[in-house]
Amino acid sequence: MLEFIVGKYNFWIYIILMMIGFYAMIEKNNLVKKIIGMNIFQTSIILFFISIAYKKGGTLPILHHAHAHGEQAYSVAEYINPLPHVLMLTAIVVMVATLGVALAVVIMIYRKYHTLEEDEILKASK
Amino acid sequence: MMVEQSPALIVVVPLMCALITPIIGLVKKEWCYYWVLLTLLAATVFSVVTMGRVLSEGTIRYFLGNWDPPYGIEYVIDHLNAMMLVIISGISFLVAFHSKESVADEMPGRIVFFYTIFLLQVTGFIGIVITGDVFNLYVFLEIASLAGYALVAIGEDGAPLASFRYIILGTVGACFYLLGVGYLYMVTGSLNMLDLAQLLPELYHSKVILVAFAFFMVGVAVKMALFPLHVWLPDAYTKAPSSSSALLAPLMTKVAAYVMIRIMFTIFEPCFSMEMLPVTAVLSWAAVIAIIAGAVMALAQRDLKRMLVYILVSEVGYIALGVGLANRNGLTGSILHILNDACMMMTLFLIVGAIVYKTRTRTIADFRFLHRKMPLTMAALVVAGLSVIGIPPTCGFFSKWYLILGAVDAKQWIFAVVLLLSSLLNAVLFFRVIEYAYLEPRAEDDHGHEEEGVIIRIEEAPVTMLLPIFAGVAGIFLFGIYSGKIISTIIQYAVPTCF
Amino acid sequence: MEVIFSVQPFAAVLVVLGGAFLILFTGEHRRNLRETWTILTSLILFSLVVSLTPTILRGGLIEFTLIQLTEGVALQLRVDEFGMYFGLLASGLWILTSFYSIGYVRGLKEHGQTRYFFNFAICIMAAIGIAFSANLLTLFVFYEILTVATYPLVIHKETSEAIMGGRKYLVYTLTAGVVILFAAIWIYSMTGTLDFKPGGFVKGHGTSSTLTLLFFLLIAGFGVKAAIMPLHEWLPTAMVAPTPVSALLHAVAVVKAGVFGCLRVILYVFGPEVLHELDLWLILAYVTAFTVIVSGMYALAQDNLKRRLAFSTINNLSIIVMGAALITPHAVTGSIFHIGSHGFMKITLFFVAGAIYVKTHKQNISELDGIGRQMPITMGAFAIAAAGVAGTPPVCGFISKWYLALGCLEAKQIVFLFVLLTSAMLDIAYFFPIIFNSFFKKPKDGVVLHFNEAPMMMVIPLSLTAIISVVLGIFPSAIFNFFNLASLAATKIFGGM
Repeated sequence: MLEFIVGKYNFWIYIILMMIGFYAMIEKNNLVKKIIGMNIFQTSIILFFISIAYKKGGTLPILHHAHAHGEQAYSVAEYINPLPHVLMLTAIVVMVATLGVALAVVIMIYRKYHTLEEDEILKASK
Repeated sequence: MMVEQSPALIVVVPLMCALITPIIGLVKKEWCYYWVLLTLLAATVFSVVTMGRVLSEGTIRYFLGNWDPPYGIEYVIDHLNAMMLVIISGISFLVAFHSKESVADEMPGRIVFFYTIFLLQVTGFIGIVITGDVFNLYVFLEIASLAGYALVAIGEDGAPLASFRYIILGTVGACFYLLGVGYLYMVTGSLNMLDLAQLLPELYHSKVILVAFAFFMVGVAVKMALFPLHVWLPDAYTKAPSSSSALLAPLMTKVAAYVMIRIMFTIFEPCFSMEMLPVTAVLSWAAVIAIIAGAVMALAQRDLKRMLVYILVSEVGYIALGVGLANRNGLTGSILHILNDACMMMTLFLIVGAIVYKTRTRTIADFRFLHRKMPLTMAALVVAGLSVIGIPPTCGFFSKWYLILGAVDAKQWIFAVVLLLSSLLNAVLFFRVIEYAYLEPRAEDDHGHEEEGVIIRIEEAPVTMLLPIFAGVAGIFLFGIYSGKIISTIIQYAVPTCF
Repeated sequence: MEVIFSVQPFAAVLVVLGGAFLILFTGEHRRNLRETWTILTSLILFSLVVSLTPTILRGGLIEFTLIQLTEGVALQLRVDEFGMYFGLLASGLWILTSFYSIGYVRGLKEHGQTRYFFNFAICIMAAIGIAFSANLLTLFVFYEILTVATYPLVIHKETSEAIMGGRKYLVYTLTAGVVILFAAIWIYSMTGTLDFKPGGFVKGHGTSSTLTLLFFLLIAGFGVKAAIMPLHEWLPTAMVAPTPVSALLHAVAVVKAGVFGCLRVILYVFGPEVLHELDLWLILAYVTAFTVIVSGMYALAQDNLKRRLAFSTINNLSIIVMGAALITPHAVTGSIFHIGSHGFMKITLFFVAGAIYVKTHKQNISELDGIGRQMPITMGAFAIAAAGVAGTPPVCGFISKWYLALGCLEAKQIVFLFVLLTSAMLDIAYFFPIIFNSFFKKPKDGVVLHFNEAPMMMVIPLSLTAIISVVLGIFPSAIFNFFNLASLAATKIFGGM
């Protein structure tokens, strides 16, 4: 049981973070807090991806003396996996773009209703 | 050379043109319209050329940047993709054609903005269907979604809030998809769809794969607006501007349905969805509930556009049902319905756009005399309504035929009955609209002597709006009449052979 | 047996479609041109249909495939004797009804005339399509088109009563359509084909309970349009439509399409052998016999002339289906022949009802005293047609009833012979008073004693149909080879029997 929790700690962390974000998205009244929740949600997933790239005892995936490539064999097992990092760069960009669009929409809402609390907005729009 | 590079060009052209649109808009706002039309015409031409190549050569595999898979990203175009490409580019072209007066009318200060986001949206759709890499699909999915959020937000009162809800729910869906990708990558090390299809079968008993599949399904269901994850759809599409909803309604949900088909039948083998997890059973039941719930909720609507949006929920149910039946006829019906529903929904939403432009109302009870004011538009509404109901020879009948045949083949009598029942519900919906629009209440014993009283001039929608509507009507008839041909040349190859 | 592949059946359908759109685009402003299109199209259609007759009489078939859907099913037209019969009936009567319609709508200065003629043409196109359908799917396609095209005609008056009538019509017919579709798909899934074959094609497939269920589903689906009780409710309500609509559609095209469908199911999908095995023929015969008696009694209770005629139609339609249900050569011949003979007689009766309405605005039988002296030709035609419906020689109704009676004896079911006789009595009971009162009673208000007939455009068609009814009774094959076609169809169905 302990092994189950400690051994897979990255899963636990990301799930807990994801649920915190999810909770914020649903329960919080303030629109900006919902957006923050959404960000936490997305960030947890990014952290998860990064965590699966790690290898025990692995080092950063940067080749020294790169101009001599093709001559030496590189043992791949010594480097941590760079691909998830790269994917997550893209995902971070997506997250930022989503954040931008969400905030722009929130500004539009604010201009109309002068409040950022969802219940007040719903009441005003009836 | 152009022909060889056409897979990449289909994506790149709208993308680059989207970025150039604001520059053109700086010079003269009105030119944006023509620029967008030109771009989408080019995209349509590329799509048709690609379709032709696929029909003659078989599946096209295009390696981006000449990097071999699974290192690089590849675009795989088979019959299903090619058909989706033609649908997407064709419909976007027609919607753009229609949008001229509508955009100027509903959002005068934002014309340039609208057209830029329009092209980005189309880029997103095209990218989703063309790519052969699961992560690339996520990126394009998000491009499409973000553009969608923006297109919805510039609508009428209440649109920003509806868009905000869409953002929250849509992001959750996309993130689930991303999680699915991550889990798959964890155990296979590959992101390429065809590669995964080879690597996965040995791992079918792994819990990671099961969870990945579950994440995929839920994520895509959110994007597809499958009941009960459809809650973002009604408000968002109703409050969006006419041209936005005309673009999003036919395409967004169908593209997401395409993603579901890819995941279930290309990446994971069909037997996985049927035997390992009872996904097809769950999917069919969710679909059946969607069909009925959508139709029933549509009955309660006073607003034509909202009614159509609930019908859209119902139509998504049809497609999901066909996938869930998991036999040849069911899947044929499902894919055929993707084509037919895209055509029908486009026509219907374009008609709504024309009505809103001319009469400023969407309430059905206000449609008195509309058949005299806009006879052509109303005739198109009748045809599109008949197609939704499923009256032959319109296209809606033929997809229903295959879906019911699939249900009967699978001995699922309840599904067949539900499909038929929904036809009747749709009939009630549309004949209600037709009654309001075509009939003028008369006194009891009035023999209706001719043309007395109210003189209504014909104030039809402008030609740029009518032409796409008629193209849609023509499509409704042609796709119906030639459905056999379409199935035998295209769809037959899109259905996995193990059925 | 020769099978000719020719585009002629499809050409017939297309001609009417083209004519319909010409009517639509000519519009209100050039009325005479629009009416010309109607008449021209009906004449061309008729000649096209007649030109197909020689091949059919030789025992051949004419086929044309529209769209191949999958290996087993296609949208296909195939003209056989039974289809030829119905096609001739529909196209021939359309010519007469067109003239009559023109007189009617102009006489009443009706609104929405273009819409009327357009939808009428589409209905006839659908009827021809139904007649020439090669399989259950094509039949269904044209059946639904017929439903949709008749709706605007039913609600033509646009009063709330008409709208309610239209809604009821749609509910009944669309639900029926859905039931037919379900059964058709099930049959296709079971047998792999939907093509009509004389003598049926479901033999050997499926369990007996499946076949029984399918039979009832199909009969129920087609039975709505054929007004078999208790699915008949829409027909009297639909009498709110203008009389030419009631005449052609609800006495000829729509209801006969329903009967046509029922007969196709009985004789060309299931066939005598299967029905005898499962004893379904007896059940159907009893159900229709029930309708025959009860509708006759309802007819007695009606004061509105068109409603009485509507129940008389229900009566006769069930006689047709009852005859087919008995499944003997004579009964089937009589049944098919009655489709045509009843068509002519009933259309005369409805034409008369419309003529009376146009001239005097009277709708109820109690108001018709003495009208025979004002409109002798009209009421004379009525008398002839009514006599025929009751089965009096020399009007054609006698021939069909004779063969049906022979069929009852062949099937060894005397019960149905009594049903036929009872229905004849009821016919006399509800027609005779009308004729008697109109000629011999003192006229009520609004009726003048000197000759003041309805417009010629209306009187001529109705006289023609009355005369044809008599000619058909004396020389059953003189008109369109009706009798020959009917007996040829029966022979093919019973094959070796």
